[in-house]
Amino acid sequence: MSNATSDHDHAHKPYQQHHFDSMEQQTQSTLLGIWLFMAQEILFFGGLFAAYTIYRIMYPTAWAMGAATQNVWLGMFNTIVLIGSSLSIVLAVNAARHNQKWQVMKWFAITLLLGLVFFGVKSIEYRTKWDHGLVPGLHWDDAHALHTIQEHAGQVHGGEGAITELPKGIQIYYSLYFVMTGMHALHMVIGFGLAIWIMIKNARGCFNSEYYPHIEYFGLYWHFVDIVWIFLFPLLYLV
Amino acid sequence: MNDSAKTEPKLNYLNAGSTVKSWLFTVDHKRIGVMYLASIVGFFLVGAFAAALFRMELATAAPDVFSNDTYNKLFTMHGIIMVFFFLIPAVPGVLGNFLVPIMIGAKDVAFPRLNLASWYIYMVGGSLTLAAVLFGGIDTGWTFYTPYSSVYADSNVIMAGTGVFITGFSSILTGLNFIVTVHKMRAPGMRWMRLPLFIWAQYATSIINILGTPVLAITLLLVVFERGFGFGIFDPAKGGDPVLYQHLFWFYSHPAVYIMILPGFGVVSEVLACFSRKRIYGYEFVAFSSLAIAAIGFFVWGHHMFTSSQSEYAALIFSILSFLVGIPTSIKIFNWTATMYKGSIELTAPMIYTLGFIGLFMVGGLTGLFLATMAINVHLHDTYFVVAHFHYVMVGGMMMAWLSGMHFWWPKIFGKMYNAFWAKVGAVVIFFGFNFTFFPQFIAGYMGMPRRYHVYDVAYQPFQMLSTAGAFFMGAGLIICFATLAASLFKKENCGRNPWKATGLEWNQADSPPHPHNFDAPVVVDVEAYDYTDERIYQDA
Repeated sequence: MSNATSDHDHAHKPYQQHHFDSMEQQTQSTLLGIWLFMAQEILFFGGLFAAYTIYRIMYPTAWAMGAATQNVWLGMFNTIVLIGSSLSIVLAVNAARHNQKWQVMKWFAITLLLGLVFFGVKSIEYRTKWDHGLVPGLHWDDAHALHTIQEHAGQVHGGEGAITELPKGIQIYYSLYFVMTGMHALHMVIGFGLAIWIMIKNARGCFNSEYYPHIEYFGLYWHFVDIVWIFLFPLLYLV
Repeated sequence: MNDSAKTEPKLNYLNAGSTVKSWLFTVDHKRIGVMYLASIVGFFLVGAFAAALFRMELATAAPDVFSNDTYNKLFTMHGIIMVFFFLIPAVPGVLGNFLVPIMIGAKDVAFPRLNLASWYIYMVGGSLTLAAVLFGGIDTGWTFYTPYSSVYADSNVIMAGTGVFITGFSSILTGLNFIVTVHKMRAPGMRWMRLPLFIWAQYATSIINILGTPVLAITLLLVVFERGFGFGIFDPAKGGDPVLYQHLFWFYSHPAVYIMILPGFGVVSEVLACFSRKRIYGYEFVAFSSLAIAAIGFFVWGHHMFTSSQSEYAALIFSILSFLVGIPTSIKIFNWTATMYKGSIELTAPMIYTLGFIGLFMVGGLTGLFLATMAINVHLHDTYFVVAHFHYVMVGGMMMAWLSGMHFWWPKIFGKMYNAFWAKVGAVVIFFGFNFTFFPQFIAGYMGMPRRYHVYDVAYQPFQMLSTAGAFFMGAGLIICFATLAASLFKKENCGRNPWKATGLEWNQADSPPHPHNFDAPVVVDVEAYDYTDERIYQDA
């Protein structure tokens, strides 16, 4: 029985949870865990991308006209903002590695700020769609939608007179637009919550250059959310 | 050792704390397993009660107890609760949580707090779904097919769909936990090829959980958006395609069938080896066939849709792929049979359930091949033949395996041995009751009786009557079974470490019930799996 209490042996490092045998085992476990989580995230968005692919093949015209009503410049701006936030979170991880607590705070704050800018632009875009009656189910207005499409797509399809009725499947395009960007935004909101939680932990001095897994894994998560946008932007705005 | 074996171990996970708080905030995988057991049995009883009600209605061809609507709601409730809240979490939630860390020689799963969170998520999802039933029910069938669930729904689709959506994350997180645990937490010497087959089965299940469940999540979310906001992804009026819903749904829900049955395969391998006193024949083949089933299982979903406007070529491919699943499955059956050959077989209660499993699952599996044949499928689609087929797999297979596992590990979980005689009576009654219930449905279905009608042609009445009688017979068996297990908890006597003389860390190095940290000494593994020639297992207790 002398071994019975050995699972709390005193050789444990302070950050090691008692059910792990070594710090290395703990680190590897959490890393594998976060990657498996990413795998399920990919499948989650995968369902949406599958639906997108099928409907795009079914309704090429609706997709072309839908994409034409998007403001490519706002989308482009947001893409750059998000890529910038990816950079700032990498710098936060780097600061953590070098034990620079307040640098971590600074880069996290910048990341959040860039996220807010993204939301600001996104809400302008959502608002415009609402005003133009382009929200399926909640605020859809056939006449107004047709007018908006004529106005935007006219340039693409040779003169305003070319489009006389809404293309079939146009509501599917906007449904997918809102679900895909909405799910992306939801992931960002969750990211905001996590970021604030990590900042509080950081302020209390929970991390140092030997132990900063939360910061590193948040970085991975944030990159994942960015990559989803990198796919969404061309699929919904450009092609 | 002999004297102490008959008294309770001084410190074990059950007596480590007795307050409600010590249970609700526990991160001990064993306690979480027991909490799953209590809640899963609860959901099982609700689902079984619904079945008892609509079986009463179906006894005669005329409508006599329920209206159309109520009948639809009853079978929907039965399906949703049994599939999502019993079959899927039954073995992983209860036995998996309890056994995975012990079997590989770890102190706990890799993420204990996440594990507790999984249980809470399961309960939140389950409560929402039950609430949907209480506030008027759902009548879409467990598949939530559009447009029943969207344009033409007049029931609580949003609430029930959200409930199932939430519960999905519980399966995902449990799967994630198990994969990391098996990869990173094995004791020194516990090589992959020494793992018990139960672990291989849980591992394969977890992979499907992680890759399949999120697709169901997004699909249900789309239905909820369509129903709630009027988005049109599956609405033909807006250009959407309801068949896409079926594709996305079955992309998860066919692999989900393997989520349900694979853990059962794991249980059966353990029980069969123990009560034949032999190493599993072809260990490697049984282990890798689990992974093969998980992989092939992702490419067969189209066989649910032979009659829903799928192209002939797609149907052909799906039919061939579906036949392929038969190969790893029969590898298992053949190897189990070969394990018993010249073994010294002992007919204990868990073994009776396991033998029942093999017979019933084989009927279910072989009729699955009938249904995978396109021409026959067109005739049998949506008839009672299909109902009988999947109940042979799910109830005859999965439920029997779960009960087998519960009887096998019950003494380990609670430290008490149940009355052997009554446990066997329960097993036999359930076996015959099950066959009375579902065999007639094969015949009724073959004759052409469609599923999901509460009023039907009198020609089918004899079969339906047999079915109803059998269901109550089976219900009696379940009552005997649960009562026998529950009664054992009041016994004073402890069953000792290894009442079955089985191999495996849970039997040889852990107390019954186990220590809060599972083992009282660090574990080193130096034997192969299922080494029934090892003298050490016969010394203890």
